[in-house]
Amino acid sequence: MKFSEAWLRQWVNPSISTTELSAQLTMAGLEVDAIESVAGDFNSIVVGEVLSVKPHPDADKLRVCEVNIGGKENLSIVCGAKNVATGMKVPTALIGAQLPDGLQIKKSKLRGVESHGMLCSAKELGLAEVSDGLLPLPADAENGKDVREVLQLNDVSITLGLTPNRGDCLSVAGVAREVAVRNKLPCKAVEIPTVKATHNEQRQVSIAVANACPRYCGRVIRNINPHAITPLWMQERLRRSGLRSLGPIVDVTNYVLLELGQPMHAFDLDKLSGHIQVRLSKPGESLALLNDETVELLPDTVVIADDRHPIALAGIMGGADTAVGSTTQSIFLESAHFSPAVLAGKARQYGLHTDSSHRFERGVSAELPRQAMERATALIQTIAGGEVGPIVEACEASLLPIREPISLRQARIQRVLGSSLPAKQTEEILLLLGMNVEAVTGGWTVVAPAYRFDITIEEDLIEEIARITGYNNLPVRPLQAPLAMINTPEANINVRRLKQQLTALGYQEAITYSFIDPQLQQLLDPEQPAVALANPLAADMAVMRTNLWPGLIKVLQHNLNRQQNRLMLFECGLRYLSQQPDFNQVMMLSGIVCGATTPPQWGIPNRAFDFYDVKGHLEAVFGLTGNPKDFQFMEGSHPALHPGKTARIVRNECNLGWIGVMHPGVAASLELTQEVIMFELELSGVLQAHIPKYREVSRYPAISRDIAVVVDKQITAQALQDCVFKAAPEHLQNVELFDVYTGEGIDSGRKSVAMGLTLQDLSRTLTDSEVEDVIQRIVGRLQADLGASLRQ
Amino acid sequence: MQLDVLIIEAKHAIAAASDLQALDQVRVNYLGKKGSLTAQLKTLGQLSPEERPKAGEVINRAKEIIQADLDARKQQLEQTALANKLSSEKIDVTLSGRSHGAGNLHPVTRVMNRIEDLFSQLGFEIAVGPEIEDDFHNFEALNIPASHPARAMHDTFYIKDNILLRTHTSPVQIRVMRERKPPLRIIAPGRVYRCDSDITHTPMFHQVEGFLVDEHVTFIDLQAILNEFLHKFFERDDLQVRMRPSYFPFTEPSAEADIQCVMCSGKGCRVCKNTGWLEVLGCGMVHPNVFKHVGIDSERYTGFAFGMGVERLAMLRYGVNDLRLFYENDVRFLKQFI
Repeated sequence: MKFSEAWLRQWVNPSISTTELSAQLTMAGLEVDAIESVAGDFNSIVVGEVLSVKPHPDADKLRVCEVNIGGKENLSIVCGAKNVATGMKVPTALIGAQLPDGLQIKKSKLRGVESHGMLCSAKELGLAEVSDGLLPLPADAENGKDVREVLQLNDVSITLGLTPNRGDCLSVAGVAREVAVRNKLPCKAVEIPTVKATHNEQRQVSIAVANACPRYCGRVIRNINPHAITPLWMQERLRRSGLRSLGPIVDVTNYVLLELGQPMHAFDLDKLSGHIQVRLSKPGESLALLNDETVELLPDTVVIADDRHPIALAGIMGGADTAVGSTTQSIFLESAHFSPAVLAGKARQYGLHTDSSHRFERGVSAELPRQAMERATALIQTIAGGEVGPIVEACEASLLPIREPISLRQARIQRVLGSSLPAKQTEEILLLLGMNVEAVTGGWTVVAPAYRFDITIEEDLIEEIARITGYNNLPVRPLQAPLAMINTPEANINVRRLKQQLTALGYQEAITYSFIDPQLQQLLDPEQPAVALANPLAADMAVMRTNLWPGLIKVLQHNLNRQQNRLMLFECGLRYLSQQPDFNQVMMLSGIVCGATTPPQWGIPNRAFDFYDVKGHLEAVFGLTGNPKDFQFMEGSHPALHPGKTARIVRNECNLGWIGVMHPGVAASLELTQEVIMFELELSGVLQAHIPKYREVSRYPAISRDIAVVVDKQITAQALQDCVFKAAPEHLQNVELFDVYTGEGIDSGRKSVAMGLTLQDLSRTLTDSEVEDVIQRIVGRLQADLGASLRQ
Repeated sequence: MQLDVLIIEAKHAIAAASDLQALDQVRVNYLGKKGSLTAQLKTLGQLSPEERPKAGEVINRAKEIIQADLDARKQQLEQTALANKLSSEKIDVTLSGRSHGAGNLHPVTRVMNRIEDLFSQLGFEIAVGPEIEDDFHNFEALNIPASHPARAMHDTFYIKDNILLRTHTSPVQIRVMRERKPPLRIIAPGRVYRCDSDITHTPMFHQVEGFLVDEHVTFIDLQAILNEFLHKFFERDDLQVRMRPSYFPFTEPSAEADIQCVMCSGKGCRVCKNTGWLEVLGCGMVHPNVFKHVGIDSERYTGFAFGMGVERLAMLRYGVNDLRLFYENDVRFLKQFI
């Protein structure tokens, strides 16, 4: 809602500055979004009357004008505007005047003729984007008077960002009501006399959908002067409200819309056939609209139709065929009430949003149509003449919106706000707001005015009381609530701790969009169908991620392209699968790593991250659970990962996710040349930890023995370790696999593995023979189960 | 040989010994089994018993002198050796330490953690909800029926009819209130989505929703808690906070909280569009229709709810001037938030 401050002040004029007024509106819940000057900054431009226009001796396009600016001496001004004419009053910039664009007017010679000033267009005054010639001023403007004064240019346009509940403030009248309440001033509403009909012509109106349109007023006006132009004052008010002048009839309907809040429409009477109906669209009907679009009408659209076909989308936009134009002399003027419940969302179905639909969707007072009709009629008559017919009104009174009485309890005000006013003050606020108030025991019965569609329950009234009191004037009291501690299960790892572990290892947390490029999704997770958005913003944000790698890869590429070559990134977030009904939205922990293991450093040999580095990082994370041995890395395969460098991560036989080197084929299609290691885990699988339970620490020395065995290459480290533990569960404390060797001295197809064993007993020192016995058992088991031979 | 000469000779030899090994050779030469002084002692037998003690004493004196010199020289040489060793071992302590470097959390996470920490001090629990939501939880139950004009304020991403990406974290309110009974004190952080992208909007951003439902919760409690939160979050005791009437279909009364612009201290700047104020959160008392949808008796219970944009708070707190930086994940940007 944009309007001129001067216009508002004609309705209600509190003695406060623009800044104060703006603050007041904002604090009343009518947030001021912008305040703009209505004209450029200029001075010394006055009303000048063109007394004569003579051709310039040396230039075809220039004229020499004699201009009176109120004094005895007239000015001689050279002017190039086409529309300059004798008798015209125009803005005249005097010598020394400053124009909005910074230009200073000096005495000058144009092709040899002296010019003592400049005649100005609307554009030159900063009143319009474009101008076609000089700005004609009203004929009754006094010569020599400051143009700022004549055009009331010391004014601002105020733009309100209104919330959808405040449809009642989508007019100067509505804003004025609010300002009046705030300042406890009367509101000087514009006087609307009834215009007497001078002929009896009418169009019959019938309403087939009274629930959508319980009131429809129409009126025929004939013999309008098609050459009339909208007076400057009205053009200016429209302009200051963000509307262009489109001819007197449309301007008047727009003016009334802005002034009173009632959308109206004028049809060219000569283009109507038969009587007017308000009805639902029929199958197959279409309508060419004022905006040059033709729409196929949807089944439940309310239309205005004549005998032949629809002529307007009710409450949204008129049709092109029946629109008023430059030759229109007779009109049928519409002023109706459309129900917000029925109209809501209708414009959007057609991709439309108009000043009219905006208001009807939010609710326009059902009492306005007749007043608005009278107001518009009077304005049209004043500007363009015309013979007025009687108002035809179709009305289904039982379907007009009614304001139900609302019971407001004094105790409830206290209950909701935590504070209440004395009853008298509460009542005063309600009355100021135009409510009908009846005192009852413990409170009031309140009926809201017709224009307040947002007041339907007790809480709405309570908000009004708080709003008018001022939220910041309510008492201040520290929060009071019963103290309660939060359940904090010790065996759960806080996600934050897990993230901190990763950042301590050098990882940077990233947050990437949940919607990704479908091609990238296909490349990285081809077996998983992705959930597609019906209305994506862009093609590369069209599907929901099935894992977090696409987003992280994008981040990797972004940074690699900016010479950031050592990257360790992780993200925590949901992935979405196509399984209904809940889309399997599971929180994942995902990471991507490439580059050197350390930042360039003098004391550490430079090498690139490999699988085992990242596996080590994950092991550090799993260590947080206190049960790192629950987690196993098993050979696996994933389409995005290198077939020989991929592990499935399993916890207690439950699949948690993957770690691996990016598949060289995938890397090639992403134009990544370095080895990239990625992981992804279901976060919940990592978060279950344990509550520590004390175990006795042995006071007897531990004994270490190293053994080296030769086994087939495909025997995994895990298998060897498991086998060793199985052989000697009672005394074996730890097995550390510390060397793997293939090459000279070892058969091809075999490898030598060296393991450090730690043996210990809780109650005594183990003897040599006991240790020897354990080692024998281990070696025997390795031989039997895994075909190992002791390396000599 | 005269003892005096021997001593002088020994002293010269000791002084000339340049390392511990040479010094030990000097010791052997004089005091060793075959040393010069030892040889002198051996001559004592040739003297008369009367002369012997005196001569012995003289030789012993000489021995002591030489020994003392040897000891002194030894200590000196040891010190020199140590000093040499130490100086040869000197390192450049200004060379960088061996480090793998630490990473850090994303600034959005950092701010969410901060918000969560502040509210958990007051007993608020964290709850989360799905991001692919249904129309009921995102709109209907929040008193935003299908044709409500407020829907136009939520540019919604749809998956299909009635299935959408949540446009705010408020559906978590509905989920929690349907599952649990009051008293409820909940904070719900998370991702939200709006079909909008320009210099001040990203199609995905983060909100933190909070609500408290109990038997005696009032609007002035809401004002108090948010006032407290904003002061603690920005660590400014003198921060001006104001509440303005606003509108959300799921709260009544509704308000927006503004803070004095933290960039210009309220003087007016580009960030606050010269108003001196910054809108930072929306809030209100839970609407009775919302309570109806979740089966809570609004006569018995009242509640407040609030929601804030995490990126907005992060921008104000850290002076970030472009929202889109949060989702580029340029590590040179991210590393600033360590």
